[in-house]
Amino acid sequence: MKPTDISNPDYFHKVVDCQWACPAHTPVPEYIRLIAAGRYSDAYMVNWYSNVFPGILGRTCDRPCEPACRRGRVEENNGEKPEPVAICRLKRVAADYKDDIRPRLPQAPAKKNGKRIACIGAGPASLTVARDLAPLGYDVTVYDRDDRAGGMIWSQIPRFRLPMEVIDEEVGYVLNLGVTFKGGVEIDSLKKVIDDKFDVIFVGTGAPRGRDLELPGRQEAAKNIHIGIDWLSSVSFGHTDKIGRRVIVLGGGNTAMDCCRSAKRLGGEDVKVIVRSGFDEMKASPWEKEDAQHEGIPILNYLVPKAYVHQNGKLTGMTFEQVKAEYDAEGRRKLVPVGGPDQLFECDDVLVAVGQENAFPWIERDIGVEFNKWGLPVVDKVTFQSTVPNIFFGGDSAFGPKNIIWAVAQGHEAAISIDKLCGGEDPKLRPAPMVTLMSQKMGIHEWSYDNAISNDHRYKVPMKDQKIALKNIKVEVELGYDQKLALAETQRCLNCDAQTVFAPKLCIECDACVDICPMDCITFTPNAEETDLRTQLKAPADNVEQALYVSDTLKTGRIMAKDEDVCLHCGLCAERCPTGAWDMQKFFLEMTHAGPGCRNKPQRRAA
Amino acid sequence: MTYIAKPTLHHPDLPTNSVGYTRRDYEGKISTLCAGCGHDSISASIIQACWEKDIEPHRVAKLSGIGCSSKTPDYFLGNSHGFNSVHGRMPSVLTGANLANRELLYLGVSGDGDSASIGLGQFAHCMRRGVNMVYIVENNGVYGLTKGQFSATADKGSKSKRGVINSDEPIDMVGLALQLGASFVARSFSGDKKQLVPLIKAAIEHKGAAFIDVVSPCVAFNNHPGSTKSYDYVREHNEAVNRLDFITGREEITADYAPGTVTTVRQHDGSMLRLRKLAADYDATDRIKVMNYLQERAAEGEVVTGLLYVDPEAQDLHQHIDTVDAPLNQFGAGDLCPGSAALDKINAALR
Repeated sequence: MKPTDISNPDYFHKVVDCQWACPAHTPVPEYIRLIAAGRYSDAYMVNWYSNVFPGILGRTCDRPCEPACRRGRVEENNGEKPEPVAICRLKRVAADYKDDIRPRLPQAPAKKNGKRIACIGAGPASLTVARDLAPLGYDVTVYDRDDRAGGMIWSQIPRFRLPMEVIDEEVGYVLNLGVTFKGGVEIDSLKKVIDDKFDVIFVGTGAPRGRDLELPGRQEAAKNIHIGIDWLSSVSFGHTDKIGRRVIVLGGGNTAMDCCRSAKRLGGEDVKVIVRSGFDEMKASPWEKEDAQHEGIPILNYLVPKAYVHQNGKLTGMTFEQVKAEYDAEGRRKLVPVGGPDQLFECDDVLVAVGQENAFPWIERDIGVEFNKWGLPVVDKVTFQSTVPNIFFGGDSAFGPKNIIWAVAQGHEAAISIDKLCGGEDPKLRPAPMVTLMSQKMGIHEWSYDNAISNDHRYKVPMKDQKIALKNIKVEVELGYDQKLALAETQRCLNCDAQTVFAPKLCIECDACVDICPMDCITFTPNAEETDLRTQLKAPADNVEQALYVSDTLKTGRIMAKDEDVCLHCGLCAERCPTGAWDMQKFFLEMTHAGPGCRNKPQRRAA
Repeated sequence: MTYIAKPTLHHPDLPTNSVGYTRRDYEGKISTLCAGCGHDSISASIIQACWEKDIEPHRVAKLSGIGCSSKTPDYFLGNSHGFNSVHGRMPSVLTGANLANRELLYLGVSGDGDSASIGLGQFAHCMRRGVNMVYIVENNGVYGLTKGQFSATADKGSKSKRGVINSDEPIDMVGLALQLGASFVARSFSGDKKQLVPLIKAAIEHKGAAFIDVVSPCVAFNNHPGSTKSYDYVREHNEAVNRLDFITGREEITADYAPGTVTTVRQHDGSMLRLRKLAADYDATDRIKVMNYLQERAAEGEVVTGLLYVDPEAQDLHQHIDTVDAPLNQFGAGDLCPGSAALDKINAALR
């Protein structure tokens, strides 16, 4: 293998699994250390700059970081069930215990730069664009058909998961940056917005249309069949406050989980979720499934809905066909009926949560915005520019339904494009993020981070008493970690951003690092091709997703090869190294955001 | 030293041996030696060897004297018996322990100061009596604990860290062991675990006095140009006479090597050592030839390593003095002190 090029910022970035997996590349270990130090406001600000909605995301994020977390791999075969660090809920801790951070937020300059930006839809994507551009002097107007800003954050996520105060606070931080919000305005024509002479239009209207399930009886029983996301927003608005005693929720995504748990709180006594696929293949996050089951909601799988059963115009139940999964030679799954009569499940209401899609009836097809065959706009994956240079798309409206954190990440990227476009630059030419790598050595065996490894298992987030929680849809279920629990949970973080950096010139090949490494990550060995090398290490490096860190040839003709997979970042290799060939260096990545940092041309100094 | 304890988390795929332990189970406390000390590598090799040999930790007694090397038993086999004796007196304490309980596996760990200076006499008698043990000398040629004076094994003409040239003749521990009748003599290097681990395993298997001299660089005081015990010097002058590839019990060995390159040594108890020759005509069972060879190579400045000598028909102290098979410590007071009637009988027989 060739020596690893650690000057490539991606190399060490990938080692910080959580940050690499996060669409917004939030520096997770950094804020977890700040929480451990009790610096909640600082931890909040690190998050705020990166993901704009720490309090909201700390309750609702889809957490791509957690399945990626190294802790989950490290705990394998080391005791009980391996679990990642509770990254998401620690984010909430920062939001819960911070001081008033308003003085620390940027302010819009008194003098605007003369560019007008329209953001259509006041969801997370648009608000991120507004958050990035307003402090730079852009005149940003955000439109939404609802009176309040937030979009799906408040209309689709139920209050028992996300209280209104949290939304108001964090959406407020953005709107108070000098953003104009025009609520209750239904935009029915993009042409009209264009005619308003905006310099740039950003479309962040989400995926607002819930998919229906047309089956026999759909028309007749229509009164008791509801589209999941519409029903959820109707609940959020307060238009709906009760549901039948027996409820069936169709669908296996997170919306279905929100639906069933909401139904349980609005009078549904016998609520069940019924999915076509297997339980394990459901789209919902494992923890959301757990939460639903914890509230006594059964999830029945391998049942394909056949018909709505009704009597005198009233829904009485649904029939399902039992299936099983079969896999063909290529591993594709097919659901095959197991035979036998259809099963009837009685119910009073059905919530259909089988997916959602984008809808752009309000965009004229003759203004140059092209759409692909799936009805999605043609959008550049890097710049988020549509086929009209000054019209951008981001969030669910660009590439279909995803999570808030994706909308935020795309909003940041779109803001860069907009800033560059308005500055007369090519949005395609984007500077790489800023990376610093700095030694954390404080003394002979002291590091600026806490390198002792906690053996604790993941701490459960305290919950509200279920008797109270299930009675009122506005009562938040999770209480969040208290400060003591949060501190204990922070100690589970392995500080993966404290990188093991190896200087081959200093190495005397004494084996001290090999002997001390608790995870057998380090080997001195003759060089070989990667596939062979992976088998000849002290512990076989079977996880090919994780890199091997390979040094130049050493004095004995061997190389140092380190498997990054389960490194604890405990720094013992560096502590036991007599020559300082190993050092623990903090990798810090600062994403490029809209503003002077994203531009190629030298900027005029502020007067 | 390191402030934090070594994390107990281990690699998810860490294997267990046939007695159900992982290699990590054979570790001890975290080392307080200087970072990079060769002794730590020897500790790691002992751990590896014991794990590979499926040794139950409670079957091992580790004994040592005083010095950096003698501290190391604290850093391996944390679940074994241990005894940290007076300076240089490990061999006699070990001999006593061995006589009292012949069922344990005895591991004596010492250094060049402990064994070649204050304990030289103890070393000599332990070897000539053939105490069944593994005697490891962690040899760095320097008094590390007292800041780097030459030890008795420092080569004549080698240079101290402060620039002083050693004018004294070195004590050759391997040469002494051979002369004194050790039945298993090896030399290795702390930086070569591939060689050291099989040697320790073979020494454990050997029934008799097994001596391993391990050159172990002192990174703090003896790892500079001019030293003959530095990582660089030993690597440059290391001349391995053989590689010990297989140590087995009584099972058949099946591995292909070119004829004439492998010697199989069948020991008295039926165990077999398989030596892959690196030096032509080197016969590890001929004590006199071995002694001559070592003298010749030493004169050339080479550090000869490998399994230097083995006596397949070795006997140990218990056989020499014809002790009973049952360990003496298992006898009750009644057996050991049969009473005045028995004494009278003996006395009467001698009248």
